[in-house]
Amino acid sequence: MSTHLPHIPLPQPLHDIFRPPPTPGVLGVFAYLDATLEAIEKLRAAGHTDFTVYSPIPRHEIEDALGQAVSPVRMFTLIGGIAGCGFGAWLTLWMSYDWPVVVGGKPIGAIPPYVVIMFEMTILFGALSTILGILFNAAFAARRLGTIQWDPRFTNDKFGIFVPTEPDKAAAAEALLRGAGAEEVRRG
Amino acid sequence: MADATPRITYDYVTRTIARTLGNPGRGYFLLLGAAVALLAVGIVTLLLLLRYGLGLAGYSHPVYWAVFITCFVFWVGIAHSGTLISAILFLFRSGWRTAVYRTAEAMTVFAVMTAGLFPLIHIGRQWYFYWLVPYPNERGLWPNFKSPLIWDEFAIGTYFTVSTVFLIMGLIPDIAAVRDLATGWRKKLYTLASVGWRGTNEEWRHYTRGYLYLAALATPLVLSVHSVVSWDFAMAIVPGWHATIFAPYFVAGAIYSGCAMVITLLVPIRTLFHLEELIAVKHFENLSKLCLLTGSIVGYAYVCEYFIAWFSGNPNERAAFWYRVFGPYWWASWTMIICNAFLPLLLWFKKIRTNLTALFVISIFVNIGMWFERYVIIVVSLAGEPYAPWANAVYNPTWADWGIMAGSFGWFFMWFLLFVKNFPAVSIAEVKEVLPPPRRTRAGAHA
Repeated sequence: MSTHLPHIPLPQPLHDIFRPPPTPGVLGVFAYLDATLEAIEKLRAAGHTDFTVYSPIPRHEIEDALGQAVSPVRMFTLIGGIAGCGFGAWLTLWMSYDWPVVVGGKPIGAIPPYVVIMFEMTILFGALSTILGILFNAAFAARRLGTIQWDPRFTNDKFGIFVPTEPDKAAAAEALLRGAGAEEVRRG
Repeated sequence: MADATPRITYDYVTRTIARTLGNPGRGYFLLLGAAVALLAVGIVTLLLLLRYGLGLAGYSHPVYWAVFITCFVFWVGIAHSGTLISAILFLFRSGWRTAVYRTAEAMTVFAVMTAGLFPLIHIGRQWYFYWLVPYPNERGLWPNFKSPLIWDEFAIGTYFTVSTVFLIMGLIPDIAAVRDLATGWRKKLYTLASVGWRGTNEEWRHYTRGYLYLAALATPLVLSVHSVVSWDFAMAIVPGWHATIFAPYFVAGAIYSGCAMVITLLVPIRTLFHLEELIAVKHFENLSKLCLLTGSIVGYAYVCEYFIAWFSGNPNERAAFWYRVFGPYWWASWTMIICNAFLPLLLWFKKIRTNLTALFVISIFVNIGMWFERYVIIVVSLAGEPYAPWANAVYNPTWADWGIMAGSFGWFFMWFLLFVKNFPAVSIAEVKEVLPPPRRTRAGAHA
């Protein structure tokens, strides 16, 4: 008989981000935008805060109904842009003084031509950090929500709302979604 | 889409655009075969250039920037309208861009990919291209950041990277939409490429913000890139190059040629993939209005150039411009002036703006004219250098120049055709955005 060792789970950060544990709840499928908005208002009035709305396109009505804060992606863009500008300045000036060669009788560290490099680096770093901002924020939001129910029609022409609830409270959420005009409600 | 009939629903949009991923028929494969054949010509020419050296091309003193650099500027220019349509018109909230911007943006990426080959071919020893990159080396040398050629490397590198990520960002929700209809190997490809997109409110919240900032970053970028390309010339003292008007003149010309190329590409794509209902005549009309605007700026720039050459009183500047229109390359200059400044005046007529055959023909002539514009600026200015005219040899492009140029067209069209066949060539999400959303009050289905 082997000695019985206690089971210590290894941390699996990637698995946790991309395959978070399932969240119990109710999924409603909606054909109409105004029905979806009505359901959002009713859910918020009933005290739900962490439900997820699926839509094939971004709609300002949904954003307004959810009362979402402005995405933090803008900080990524700003910090990336400033970092890029600084990197461009450092690259050109440090390299010029590291091996000083006079070109065309101009100063070793000439600012006007280096502005071009600083500008391009601002755009490059700003754009790449914007992408990282979108990916990180979306991935961490998905991690927080857990593995939730979804339907492939949500990328085509249907709207959807997933309400995370304990199984014993699912009936109330189900009734609420149906009352708002969901054409299909599923538990999971 | 103001003229959208109620028949055009979200589902109709998804299925119509997803249909472009199906079997496109014989016409498509004939075009793709032609593109690959042209590319093969380019590859063989490049191999011969590698084997026997750049002497095969027509370089002769003092014309050491010739067809390859002409093609480089031409292709960078083609790229510009894509970013104009996708980023600048996005910031202006123009609804009509949704039907055409994906094709324009893909054109941008592939045109920059094509343009980027030419400096490498031009340097002759492609395996030393990394000397352009500021990397630590044993001699402790760094690139000369006061040279416009290094600015250009940074500008083109940034442009390629940013336009590629901008294209991919726009594609993600659309790839997710076709993923949910696809089967087989395509399903796997699109599942991977859509990075798990589901359309949650959190995803859209970060995505729409990020897309806005990407557009806001791409807008100054596109204006800077062709300005920097123009400074490759304007920073030098060759008469015909050394002009402060070059940056806006090149940017307008770039957008002009790019819009023409979008028309050239969209007319056959619309027919091949049966997108008549999504890409309407109205979209072509708007594109041709953009052509008319930028073409007029280009025509104005031509007038300015000649006026300033005369008004400066500088004999060398005057000689250079006289040489352009009355010298041995008069035919190139007049092709450029007629195709770019006079032909697009036809677009003032609505009948021509709404006639796709006429637009297609005009757009091809504009492309020819814009290629000759770069040829005139680069080659003819060098060939007519008035400082030591007895030392100037006659310049003529050879088969090697034309072979590489043909190859570049093959390379560009091959990527473009593969793209429109395998990825949504019209933005699914953004076409839906300009449709009225489904509401039960209008549909009357539910109480």
